Amino acid sequence: MDKEIITVKDLTKTFNGLTAVDHISFSVQKTEIFGFLGPNGAGKSTTIKMLTTLLQPTSGSMLMNGHDPAEDPHKVRQTFGIVFQDPSLDDELTAYENMEFHCILYNVPKTIRRKRIEQLLKIVELWDRRKDLVKKFSGGMKRRLEIARGLLHHPKILFLDEPTLGLDPQTRNLIWLHIKELNKKEGITVFFTTHYMEEAERVAQRIAIIDHGRILTQGTPKQLKEKTRSQSLEDAFIKLTGRAIREEEATSTDRMRMRRRLFRR
Amino acid sequence: MKVIYILWLRQLKRYIRSKARIIGSLGQPLLFLVALGFGFGPIFQKAGQGNYIQFLAPGIIAMSIIFTAMFSGIEIIWDRQFGFLKETLVAPVSRLKIMVGRTLGGATVAVLQGIVVLLISLIAGFRPTNIPMIPLALVFMILVAILFTAIGTAIASLLDDMQGFHLIMTFVVMPVFFLSGALFPLDGLPRGVSIVASMNPLSYGVDGLRGTLIGVAHFGLATDLAVLIAVTAAFVAIGSYLFSKIQI
Repeated sequence: MDKEIITVKDLTKTFNGLTAVDHISFSVQKTEIFGFLGPNGAGKSTTIKMLTTLLQPTSGSMLMNGHDPAEDPHKVRQTFGIVFQDPSLDDELTAYENMEFHCILYNVPKTIRRKRIEQLLKIVELWDRRKDLVKKFSGGMKRRLEIARGLLHHPKILFLDEPTLGLDPQTRNLIWLHIKELNKKEGITVFFTTHYMEEAERVAQRIAIIDHGRILTQGTPKQLKEKTRSQSLEDAFIKLTGRAIREEEATSTDRMRMRRRLFRR
Repeated sequence: MKVIYILWLRQLKRYIRSKARIIGSLGQPLLFLVALGFGFGPIFQKAGQGNYIQFLAPGIIAMSIIFTAMFSGIEIIWDRQFGFLKETLVAPVSRLKIMVGRTLGGATVAVLQGIVVLLISLIAGFRPTNIPMIPLALVFMILVAILFTAIGTAIASLLDDMQGFHLIMTFVVMPVFFLSGALFPLDGLPRGVSIVASMNPLSYGVDGLRGTLIGVAHFGLATDLAVLIAVTAAFVAIGSYLFSKIQI
């Protein structure tokens, strides 16, 4: 414990004069489960994109396991696994093929590939379905497969962007069970976002709440509740971020999500 | 190398597994071949130009290649948000390799599609006159496929929404196809159309296919090959550059 694996200082990102992330600073400790919470459009996804080398920051500094994502993307990419908010599996491939492709992309040696795939698929209870095409999987199964895939290359950090969105309570519980087990077994740091506050309260060891691109507060769930004199994390969250509903304009990604819902599955 | 191979293999597997897509994408070339081929055949004959199916088939082969190739390029818009491409973009792999793997995969699928259309056109009565030239015809098919996959990739890298897709179909793919000499001979055209056709890279692809398969070429095979190689190289470079700049 007490060793920082993610360090962010004064991180800022502006898009055409609009500030999405505004001088945020926080740190995540090794092997902790860290919740990054905020209303829609608060800057969560932008922050994750910067940490995972998909977006260049406007200013500020980041360190992921000792490397700067903006300067040294290749080294950083080897150190994390990620489950995106939108699925990134290949539907026309089998579960096993998806896993195998990931191994090749991340240079997992052929000799240990099969064993590692088996081990992880067994943990997420998909080993029996390894030969099935992913398009036949339910939403929860796809998520579990993505989590297992994200861990194939022994990452130090696992990013989960709303991993339980749109899943029923049974599946959500199962997914968190798997994540906690993997966190313990593999000693990985978990960085997640979610809109389910009771979930965050239950699993996160520490939490940061972000809104309008700024970090409002951070600490353990208990500290946040005490600070705001709230019964639950949900109350604390509402007290900190206000009751106003965020009416954002739909981005091109949102429009594509709509089409996806219309045309598929 | 392994990364390029795996991306190529992935697209091939997807193609072979989606039977519905294969059959669906063959409908249009088949319709063109039958409706236009037999419909305009008599007029073409009367005008003293010979058998229209012979003339049309290489154009329809080129059509199926550019449609398939452009589509697999444009698909990047979708794939980078809801597909496997996103997974590759965060992997410790260079963007150039991803681009090369994807382009080769898309081009291979397009060439396969072209070959299937060639076989279908044989049933419709098309007869290549010069069998030893078929390997060279294949080279033209490969070049056209790579060129249009790269163009699709370049365009997709600039767009962030599928809505742009229909614009591309209407203002890029359709004009490129119709003004390429795929459907009509390029000799004796009005000046304006003739100039546009000679600036259209697909004209050289269609001409090359016609030159190799039925021995009739407007520009000449050497010109066709030189122009196609140059344009393809340029667009692969442009596509790679734009692809490397994609931010999600």
